[in-house]
Amino acid sequence: MGLLNREEAEALIQEVLEVYPEKAKKDRAKHLMVNDKQLESAKKCITSNRKSVPGVMTQRGCAYAGAKGVVWGPFKDIIDISHGPIGCGQYSRGGRRNYYSGIAGVDSFCDLMFSSDFQEKDIVFGGDKKLAKLIDEVESLFPLSKAISVQSECPIGLIGDDIEAVAKKKAAEIGKTIVPVRCEGFRGVSQSLGHHISNDAIRDWVISNRDGKLDAGTPYDVAILGDYNIGGDAWASRILLEEMGLNVVAQWSGDGTIAEIENTPKAKLNLLHCYRSMNYIARHMEEKYGIPWLEYNFFGPTKIAESLREIASHFDDTIKEGAERVIAKYQPAMDAIIAKFKPRLQGKKVMLYVGGLRPRHTVGAYEDLGMEVVGAGYEFAHNDDYDRTIKELKDATLIYDDATGYELEEFVRQVKPDLVGSGIKEKYAFHKMGVPFRQMHSWDYSGPYHGYDGFAVFARDMDMTVNNPCWSMFKAPWQKPAEQPEVQAA
Amino acid sequence: MAKLRQAAIYGKGGIGKSTTTQNLVAALAEAGQKVMIVGCDPKADSTRLILHSKAQNTVMHLAAEAGSVEDLELEDVLAVGYGGIKCVESGGPEPGVGCAGRGVITAINFLEEEGAYDEDLNFVFYDVLGDVVCGGFAMPIRENKAQEIYIVVSGEMMAMYAANNIAKGIVKYANSGSVRLAGLICNSRKTDREDELIEALAAKLGTQMIHFVPRDNVVQHAEIRRMTVIEYDPTAQQADEYRALARKIVDNKKFVIPTPLEMEELEELLMEFGIMDVEDTSIIGKTAAELAAEAVAA
Repeated sequence: MGLLNREEAEALIQEVLEVYPEKAKKDRAKHLMVNDKQLESAKKCITSNRKSVPGVMTQRGCAYAGAKGVVWGPFKDIIDISHGPIGCGQYSRGGRRNYYSGIAGVDSFCDLMFSSDFQEKDIVFGGDKKLAKLIDEVESLFPLSKAISVQSECPIGLIGDDIEAVAKKKAAEIGKTIVPVRCEGFRGVSQSLGHHISNDAIRDWVISNRDGKLDAGTPYDVAILGDYNIGGDAWASRILLEEMGLNVVAQWSGDGTIAEIENTPKAKLNLLHCYRSMNYIARHMEEKYGIPWLEYNFFGPTKIAESLREIASHFDDTIKEGAERVIAKYQPAMDAIIAKFKPRLQGKKVMLYVGGLRPRHTVGAYEDLGMEVVGAGYEFAHNDDYDRTIKELKDATLIYDDATGYELEEFVRQVKPDLVGSGIKEKYAFHKMGVPFRQMHSWDYSGPYHGYDGFAVFARDMDMTVNNPCWSMFKAPWQKPAEQPEVQAA
Repeated sequence: MAKLRQAAIYGKGGIGKSTTTQNLVAALAEAGQKVMIVGCDPKADSTRLILHSKAQNTVMHLAAEAGSVEDLELEDVLAVGYGGIKCVESGGPEPGVGCAGRGVITAINFLEEEGAYDEDLNFVFYDVLGDVVCGGFAMPIRENKAQEIYIVVSGEMMAMYAANNIAKGIVKYANSGSVRLAGLICNSRKTDREDELIEALAAKLGTQMIHFVPRDNVVQHAEIRRMTVIEYDPTAQQADEYRALARKIVDNKKFVIPTPLEMEELEELLMEFGIMDVEDTSIIGKTAAELAAEAVAA
């Protein structure tokens, strides 16, 4: 089936909505739209950041997931305590593939899980004494940790333990920063609030630690915000910035450290990759320290070159020349990659359903390979994300917010894309439907995908998935000829 | 701008916390102070005398309707009543379900994030549910929130027990933060030697009886009309009592970490004032038959 035109896309949305009861239909209709590039703002056409409809399969996480898993987890020298019963900590451990350099358990703690393992008695009598004891144990077992964060699980918010008071007291005792994070899972409608709460906690407990004590730095200091170093993404990005002459003072939070957070106020420009999860702290630093911030996109050579030039435009000619030098250096390698893979991927259609950034940021990389994004949606985006998305996508593209399992399957069934990019919870449903699939949260055990090095991996991965011979070995149910009833011989 | 003072009012259920708080706040407003009341009780009756309403729309009720507290705006939950007093009720579930403590936490966080504690305010009063049953109800006395606590008490035994228990809770938070006990407000029940008794209790707790509010029916007359005495009958003797209380609170400098009494000590005090009989330990565990036999033998 070819690309949908506007009428067909709108008809498809109506058809999919048809199965819902009246109230759910009305609610879900607001979260589905057909793209119109002319729109100034997405506000009138799509509703986002609202609570999910009860009874559907939503792919969203919770505030704790957004705080512990997304923002805090990748800082390597901060020990994150999952404060509450054991499950939240255990099941959020080690699934994200945020790389770091360091020695696990000695100076880096991303692989380890720390839990206060709440029991009945801690709920009844309060858990602050246990938390204090746990901090003592952490300090004696892992003395090279540089800071501790306390990630509140749901019960902490219900029994009202004063973790701020514990954090303050113990921080004075052990002489390290301890950050209480009020990211109880029931707060907000998705993991998005967890990002915001974490940004606020960094603002209140960390960012100003070295105010008045920082040196002026160099005129070329920048910080990378919102790169979680999935499969080495931040490393593949950092080298480009350094090659063009910039000095990267901090990585938030992939392979980052608390010292880097504290040094960020000397940056001359904050570079924001994942806008959704870190725009709050970028805005705060703009307000408090006068540091401008810039959204950039390091997926695919077209967007990388655009971004490098835009970043350079904030600096002098040395950096501008540096950017051109970097682009010129890598362009031949990129041309070779495109020459190799584009013929194999030309015209292939992609549907994406990811978190808060990639449904728009990877569009350029797919287009570099001659592929076309025909549907895109976010689990936890807000309206400002959709404002940015409608400009990146072609007219009449399907856009879905907080899509339900049913909607995704139905859209894929009818649009018949050549590739679906989404998360681990969606992966096997589409495999069973015979549709090539890439896990676009953690790059399916691959990566990096950012930067020029990342594009080489990205192009290879998309090709080996889309053109994998296994897909011709079985047919999806709608492709099979109708079964002939067997005629029994008399 | 004067520094914002935040005070929490605690005390046994039914002692008259909400009535006393609202009359006190009305007196403060009358004297030109800018005040906000934050009701921290799912019953949501902390602002009705200021607003002349049955019960104000609460933060939690509105949040439940809107979907989540993030969907609310400050003006949705903040009402302004007599004397420009700003009123907010945290609200919460009906008895027996859900988690009222979380409601208090959510509401106070919401007010902070939305900038309800603006620079013009002189006072914020938290009117808190009778017993500090869980951490949620201690929220108003966390750091950077209420620094001074007033306990409403009367000369009745259970009210004094409750006051002593609340003092124990304050000690815990005083040690980790800057909250202090600022005084006992005696809301008279006309028991014998009530003022002396509360003075004695205050002394033992290391604090003061900041004011003795006599019992007066005009309070009830005003309440029926959903008004404070200050507004209903400013010339009443009782209105002057609340004004005196307000003045003393404005001038108050005595903020202490309380020294709660051991149970025996408290009982001794009650016995001294004749509220509790001296315990006869010889009768403990004896059945009626045994006591009758003893009486015969004697």
